[in-house]
Amino acid sequence: MTTENTPAVSRNLEALTRGMWRENPAFVMLLGLCPVLAVTNSVINALAMGLATTFVLILSSTLVSLIRLWIPKQVRLASFILVIATSVTVVDNLLQAISFEVHKALGAFIPLIVVNCIILGRAEAYASKNTLSKSLLDALGFGAGFSGACLCMGTIREVLGSGTFAGIPLFGPDFAGWSIMVLPGGAFFVLGFLLLLFNWLHERKKTLHNVTTLAAERAP
Amino acid sequence: MNSPLQIFIDACLINNFVLAYFLGLCPFLGVSNKTETAVRMGGAVTFVLLIASACAYGIHQMLILINAPYLHLISYIVVIASAVQLVEMFIKKYSPALFRAMGIYLALITTNCCVLGVALFQTSREYDFIQCLSFALGAGAGFTLALLIMSGIRERLDLATVPSVVKGAAVTLMVAGVLSMAFMGFAGMGR
Repeated sequence: MTTENTPAVSRNLEALTRGMWRENPAFVMLLGLCPVLAVTNSVINALAMGLATTFVLILSSTLVSLIRLWIPKQVRLASFILVIATSVTVVDNLLQAISFEVHKALGAFIPLIVVNCIILGRAEAYASKNTLSKSLLDALGFGAGFSGACLCMGTIREVLGSGTFAGIPLFGPDFAGWSIMVLPGGAFFVLGFLLLLFNWLHERKKTLHNVTTLAAERAP
Repeated sequence: MNSPLQIFIDACLINNFVLAYFLGLCPFLGVSNKTETAVRMGGAVTFVLLIASACAYGIHQMLILINAPYLHLISYIVVIASAVQLVEMFIKKYSPALFRAMGIYLALITTNCCVLGVALFQTSREYDFIQCLSFALGAGAGFTLALLIMSGIRERLDLATVPSVVKGAAVTLMVAGVLSMAFMGFAGMGR
């Protein structure tokens, strides 16, 4: 890593974009899979879950980053958990006020954001060691990456499962939905297939890279 | 209306915590390589689930008494974490052999969404004390069952020839999908 030599702007950009693609929490690091699988049977639910998690991530990262110098090392995990639980309670009540329907659909999965490994992971690995602005960018990046993953799953499952996108019918009245897609089994299949796709892309990129470097070495 | 046996079967088979609610996926994907570790993990989780469920019932009654429902989540997570710590110390002191057998899994259960999930579900469904215990027992049995089946399949899968792009998490998730479909066959049981 040559982060010491790069200018501050690109380092901040790196903190922001890292979570979106290269270290995507759901697809690359396989963290916090419970909500990605459980509530993505429709686009609206998936989006609400993504936004709620992003909000918790931003709130907890901000608080942890602000109080990081006052927390003794021995009790840091317990304090982080408390901060996260407080943020989740705030989000839970907020969502209930904004849209009661969505809150009912997500049910116990909103309070379960507390045990989402991504949030504790970012608090421990990044926010407890970095300044407020950088932690915010990092939280925003990882939140966007997580929301993107949720939305991706939600879109595939709703379009194939019920033939709609966010409630808008796409295929006309004759379309028979693949009911397996909205059932729990379908969630496992869609995520497995997406991981397969990413593996395939990664391997293809590696082979292409090898071929081009070999050709460049052989060229006179 | 909801007998303890019905709740047990519902939590264990019909709405299996891992395969229908996706709770406790991390250990499900992480430690389901070998049958032996799967059984130990299942045992440890069931034990903690029972204790956490009993504690959560007490807290719920207390919070109703002082009229502060917004404290549910915070107090649950703190109590579960300290209960796991207490259990760990207790086992370490009185049965070192059991402690060694359970190893790191005991500490890791604190962050298992299964435990918090049981506490939250039993609160929202307003179970009484006996119902809570059978719910926790059913969830633990279901978790152990799913882990055991998965580890059996994965031990066979190691010997199978699969394309290199599918290896690892992708094929594990697809197997879990098939397993989840199989468990859907239990729907409607005990009605």
